[in-house]
Amino acid sequence: MRFRRDRWAMASLVFIGLLVILAFAAPLIATISGHGPNELFRDMTDDFGLPKGPNGSFWFGADGSGRDVLVRIAYGARVSLIVGVVATGVAVLIGVTLGLIAGYRGGVIDTLISRTADIVLSLPLLLFAIGIVTACGSSREGCFGGTVQPGLTLVIIVIALFSWPYVAKIVRGAVLSLREREFVEASRSVGAGDLTIMFREILPNLVSVIIVYASLLVPQNILFEAYLSFLGLGVPDSTPSWGRMISDASDIFDVAWWLMLFPGIFLLLTVLAFNLLGDGLRDALDPKADR
Amino acid sequence: MGRYIIRRLLWTVLVVVLVTLLTFVIFFVMPKGDPALRFAGKSPTPELIQEVKESLGLDKSVPEQYGLFLERLVTGDEYGWPGLGKSFQTKQAVKPELVQRAQVTITLIIGGALLWLAIGIPVGVISALRRGSALDRISMGTALFFVSAPVFWLGLLSLYVFWKKLGWLPGTGYVSFGSDPGAWFSHMILPWMVLALLFAAIYARVVRGNMIDVMTEDYIRTARAKGLSERRIVLKHELRTGITPVITLLAIDLGVLVGGTIVTETVFNLQGLGNWLLVAAQNNDLPVTLAVTVLVAIAVSLFSLIADILYAILDPRVRYQ
Repeated sequence: MRFRRDRWAMASLVFIGLLVILAFAAPLIATISGHGPNELFRDMTDDFGLPKGPNGSFWFGADGSGRDVLVRIAYGARVSLIVGVVATGVAVLIGVTLGLIAGYRGGVIDTLISRTADIVLSLPLLLFAIGIVTACGSSREGCFGGTVQPGLTLVIIVIALFSWPYVAKIVRGAVLSLREREFVEASRSVGAGDLTIMFREILPNLVSVIIVYASLLVPQNILFEAYLSFLGLGVPDSTPSWGRMISDASDIFDVAWWLMLFPGIFLLLTVLAFNLLGDGLRDALDPKADR
Repeated sequence: MGRYIIRRLLWTVLVVVLVTLLTFVIFFVMPKGDPALRFAGKSPTPELIQEVKESLGLDKSVPEQYGLFLERLVTGDEYGWPGLGKSFQTKQAVKPELVQRAQVTITLIIGGALLWLAIGIPVGVISALRRGSALDRISMGTALFFVSAPVFWLGLLSLYVFWKKLGWLPGTGYVSFGSDPGAWFSHMILPWMVLALLFAAIYARVVRGNMIDVMTEDYIRTARAKGLSERRIVLKHELRTGITPVITLLAIDLGVLVGGTIVTETVFNLQGLGNWLLVAAQNNDLPVTLAVTVLVAIAVSLFSLIADILYAILDPRVRYQ
């Protein structure tokens, strides 16, 4: 199988596997090191309130409040992985369905879906993220009758809400030219219905497009969460997040390099691994891609 | 085509109305409480709150306020046309600051876009033509790195290296071109680079992918079979089809970036639209929030329309009813 021979993709898969283990083992790391993710260590900040760098007990140093950076990175992996995978799954499901219908049916349905996508894309993304996060995140009850809780779920919903139109537009564009092709005509001439043509004839031709786009979307959404957290809009401070950690570092990055470096490297490698994995999947699945 | 454009322009108006309506809904759904309370000082009396409400126009019902907002947007107000009112926070007219802020953001976007097109498209085309070569692998590896690197992290790293360690650049903030062109450039070069590297990487990947798809199409084989020169095939057929999707992508990105450079602006302390929006939204400053929202919605819709028209001109297979 082609995928197995792709060294980069296999390496990425191994890295993602290790990351998943790290995320699961976060409490174990906290227990072994004896440093809780939100535990403050007075002796890890100096008289000026500046954190101390890596040492034998704190491998990645401490942050401005004297918390263990390594332990917080391990917990941060949970947030990045969950948001990346779940938000993308939701966005792709919505985007592919609507894009397929819009491109294939055309007419009023197409106008309706395309314009909805346009309107969502016209929304100043972060403004609405700020708005929704503030509206739903400032009280424990959440919003919409308690169905949307502040924290991780809210971040996932916001990200999925804003990323499906990209998928829908790409899929619609591809369907527009695919539906004019001979094989669709042929399928129709032997009596295939609309649903069969859409899902059995057109959809398989879109698999590589969808996988390439989803593969771009997982790391993008991991980054989106990091951006939200960087601006102070993501998960609450008690839940460690890589974006939040880099944001905390931005005031003192010239004296405390480890605060910026380690969470950034984890974020970069994670996003890189998902991108490489996506490329590998594309090369393996796309019949056109010969190597 | 003319009717299509008019219809799309009408849609733009509808989008603006819907987007502002949503902004209103979210703004008043926010459970932060009465906006008037925030601007009435530390220990407000009921009379003072009432006074503030009247001066901000918050004494009217929400639908009434929305109607008034739309009316002023169309007919103008005491600060001229379009009527955008005054900021709740600074009590200053919104329009002059909007213009000033927009200049910063547009400078950032245009400089960035020129850079990323100049880097991304050639890299993508050459990688596709020299597929599998060392050059292709190095460019795609580099592209992958920049697609994966968080913008704010790259920004902080570049500031750390070029500002704090090497001392080549003067730091963060925005200097207007009129006051000092040299300082303007040295303050913008890092934000441009950081913004452009991400998009250049995305565009290089997209262009390469499209080109490779096109190369395997039947009509390219036909063109080759009927004896067209390789140069003509690349320039006339492959390049045209390979780059067309970039135009849609560029239009979407340019429009979205008008309200989406907030992270870059935050890292480099540029006083642009994104920065303004973040502060305004967090402080319940409705007129500022609405003004930026309207601008962004118009930008996105217009750029999307331009993209679709260009798409129809460049790709003869696409026709609009």
